Amino acid sequence: MSENGAKQKIKQRSLLREALIRFSRNPTGMAGLVIILVMVVLSLLAGVIAPEGYDVQDITKKFIAPGSQYLCGTDNLGRSVFVRLLYGGRTSLLIGVVATAFATVFGTAIGAAAAFYGGKIDNVLMRLMDILNSIPSILLAIAISAVMGGGLPNAILAIGISSVPAFARMMRGPILSAKAQQYVEAARSTDAADIRIIFKYILPNVSSQLIVEITLILANAILTAASLSFLGLGVTPPTPEWGSMISDGRQYIMKYPYLVTCPGLCIAAMVLALNLVGDGLRDALDPRLKQ
Amino acid sequence: MGRTAKKEIVWEELKKGDTLLKIKDLSIHYVTKDMGVCKAVNHVSLELKKGETLGLVGETGAGKTTIALGIIRLIPNPPGKIIGGTITFKGTDLYKISEKQMRTVRGSEISMIFQDPMTALNPVDPVGDQIAEVVLLHDHCSKAEAAQKAAEMMELVGIPRERYSEFPHQFSGGMLQRIVIAIALACSPELLLADEPTTALDVTIQAQVLDMMNEIKNKLGTSVLMITHDLGIIAEMCDRVAVVYAGEIVEMGNLVHIFKRTEHPYTQGLFDSLPNAAGDSKRLKPIRGLMPDPANLPEGCNFSPRCPYATEECFREPPKLLEVEEGHFVQCHHHGCMKGDKT
Amino acid sequence: MIRYMVKRVLLIVPVILCVTFLIFFLQYLAPGDPAALQLGTDASEEEKYEWRETYNLNDPLLIQYGKFLKGVVTEGDFGKSYRTGQSVTSEIFSRWPTTFVLAILTQVVAATIGILAGTYAALNRNTWKDGFVRFLAMIGAAMPSFWFALLLILWFAVERHWFPVSGWYGPSYWVLPAVSTGVLGAAGYMRNVRAAVLDNVKQDFVRTARAKGQKESKVVLHHIMGNALVPIITCAGLQFAMALGGTMIIEQIFAIPGLGRYMVEAINNRDFPQLRAAIILTAVSVSVINLLIDLLYAAVDPRIKATFKASAVRKRKITAADLEKGGEQA
Repeated sequence: MSENGAKQKIKQRSLLREALIRFSRNPTGMAGLVIILVMVVLSLLAGVIAPEGYDVQDITKKFIAPGSQYLCGTDNLGRSVFVRLLYGGRTSLLIGVVATAFATVFGTAIGAAAAFYGGKIDNVLMRLMDILNSIPSILLAIAISAVMGGGLPNAILAIGISSVPAFARMMRGPILSAKAQQYVEAARSTDAADIRIIFKYILPNVSSQLIVEITLILANAILTAASLSFLGLGVTPPTPEWGSMISDGRQYIMKYPYLVTCPGLCIAAMVLALNLVGDGLRDALDPRLKQ
Repeated sequence: MGRTAKKEIVWEELKKGDTLLKIKDLSIHYVTKDMGVCKAVNHVSLELKKGETLGLVGETGAGKTTIALGIIRLIPNPPGKIIGGTITFKGTDLYKISEKQMRTVRGSEISMIFQDPMTALNPVDPVGDQIAEVVLLHDHCSKAEAAQKAAEMMELVGIPRERYSEFPHQFSGGMLQRIVIAIALACSPELLLADEPTTALDVTIQAQVLDMMNEIKNKLGTSVLMITHDLGIIAEMCDRVAVVYAGEIVEMGNLVHIFKRTEHPYTQGLFDSLPNAAGDSKRLKPIRGLMPDPANLPEGCNFSPRCPYATEECFREPPKLLEVEEGHFVQCHHHGCMKGDKT
Repeated sequence: MIRYMVKRVLLIVPVILCVTFLIFFLQYLAPGDPAALQLGTDASEEEKYEWRETYNLNDPLLIQYGKFLKGVVTEGDFGKSYRTGQSVTSEIFSRWPTTFVLAILTQVVAATIGILAGTYAALNRNTWKDGFVRFLAMIGAAMPSFWFALLLILWFAVERHWFPVSGWYGPSYWVLPAVSTGVLGAAGYMRNVRAAVLDNVKQDFVRTARAKGQKESKVVLHHIMGNALVPIITCAGLQFAMALGGTMIIEQIFAIPGLGRYMVEAINNRDFPQLRAAIILTAVSVSVINLLIDLLYAAVDPRIKATFKASAVRKRKITAADLEKGGEQA
């Protein structure tokens, strides 16, 4: 790292620290963060908490109501719903995180390229995004996974691709305005490479919007993943996933509603927590926006 | 809020020279969580006679606009709070009537011109309709009649009536301020609160707008509370002046009192900060320092931290408003102390 | 203005072409031979070839696409179903109105709740009332629509019998589907409306209206809402598009015979011509809605209308080649 970069980093770190302090004073944002942490840790520790795995069936113990023995009851095959929720959380988080990472990388690249190079490239890329946008994202995800077939990787790809336009659009604006700033002009005049300018001078200045958008897209990806699984297009059984657990529990909803409510609550809590953190981060990173 | 019995306000009949508006001991604070209590207006008392123009002069943030908003009860609440005081307008205490009655006062008896004409008009309504709106509210007439009156008002302020259906973005700032003035004067109010009506305009347009205001004012016999930080406008438009500093009136009198027999160091400071076009080679003497934070006013005289004549007494004891000669009020322990400096 | 409108209408043609091509391309990427899937593994090569020939599948992608477009333009034919061998056109168009009605009902519910709640929250900004409304909106945005729909069925159809569990035979059948997506959509509206109203409550022209002696209700309805309309319309457009896309799940849950359920059936049968036609119809509907939204802006805000006019005047001076390229920059 050059001297110049080192200096910039010092500045950034203090800004980041201030933002973190502001965030830590935001009760709803912190509540969201706690929920996320708890859920992530529980899913990661699924193998420790329930080393027997998610597929232990015991027909004699089917449809046991939630209680002390089975925290969230058992399903039609006598499997512990709680254990399946733990492992299902892994799947949901995996889909969400990887799809969001995919969308972040490609969306940011497309948005940055469009804004940075402008002209024809901008026009072509943004028209392409317009076209993708004119298909509702959930429908696009469904179409992609319907064509490619079910399964985890295809679901991730489908959700990732359908989230790209939102990212590209979101990044283009701030990068366009960052591009016009004096310091970017200055960097250009020193003959810095394009990619270097984008990474060093432009992206750090749009990072707050990026971070906020990532949390919101992640929330959305988890919802979309659940919808896909609900339609039978996501992960294939017996792998547990929150959306497919709702789908499976659906036929027993009249007698055993907990089969539907428990996974639904998990999705809602996760998405709510992500949105809370996203809002909290927005306020913390850009206090001017707070109203 | 209980619904008050419907009761028409009984106005006093006034002749020219009678007191139209009397503000007594008005205090307005803004209470916010982050900033604490901001004392925007503190114990302000003033009188305005029928047909008279009173200038309120002072720096940005001195509380001039808050006084005007206090008169028509448009202080944004929260955070604004009227702490105390009475405002008597034509014999009626405006703080004792209901909000519904107050609405009949706004726009018809008392109207206000705002500082920035570019934002003061609704961008999605035709300008003519915006004038007709106030006519329709107070004159109990048909829509067609209101539109007719609006068109007449447009001509009165010098805008052709053909532009009735155009939108604010199609006008220049000066034109828009004329529309704003037309709205304010459409119902022939007895009192006009003009909040820096020309600050946002070019100098040449300023003169035009001021001339026009003067003309219409004389024609309608309207009293004006002219809020400005421009002493030139005061000299041209006003009969009397009140100098506002940190939410208090520090000096008040007629033009001669203020301009020729200045008693308060702050008023003197305002004059000294004016560039002198007459070729006086004296350098500008800006008032040193900044106005105190209204959330954290000094203990003694508000001006003491910046006052070149401040003594220990000034830092300790807030001065009282004294009448030093008939109609000339000063709030200073050492009023007249800089007489010797004057050339 | 008319010039702009014509141009804007023409602009959706390339968008629609690209969308249709994209969907064609997707199908091209699909693994496996549709002939083998539809005819079974024991079909002979000739049979499979024959079968592919009837669906133009032996042609290169672009030729397939060209033939499809030609069919749409000349005969209004959106392709033949793999399963039935019949044209899908009449099927998709007979199912489309149901989906459209459902989307409209959803939007009515969402917009009514969202606009009222958003305005209420903005007018009570930074009080507990505002916080409460925003909290509800956050929960609404976090719930999966199918889960909420199932809960509504459980509470109001199974336990209380207020509404039928599923089907689409009359107004009482409309309530749960419309409410289940509408209430969640209201969350999105609420956020946008709140922001739009907040942008306007402190504007000078609002104070001017009050200084005129205008009633508070009129100040809010006419002056504040009048200026908040553009972002609200934007939001309505996005929401409507999402509602059209999201009907698939809701139609599946409530067994509503609309386009969404048709798509699910097509997916299960791996009947691409059906799926393709349904997605294209949805995408075209969304494009048309976006167009209507753009035109609505001009009706609502004279400033936007002015930029349309200005851009039309400026464009006239530029060559035809620039016209296409710079179309949407104005």
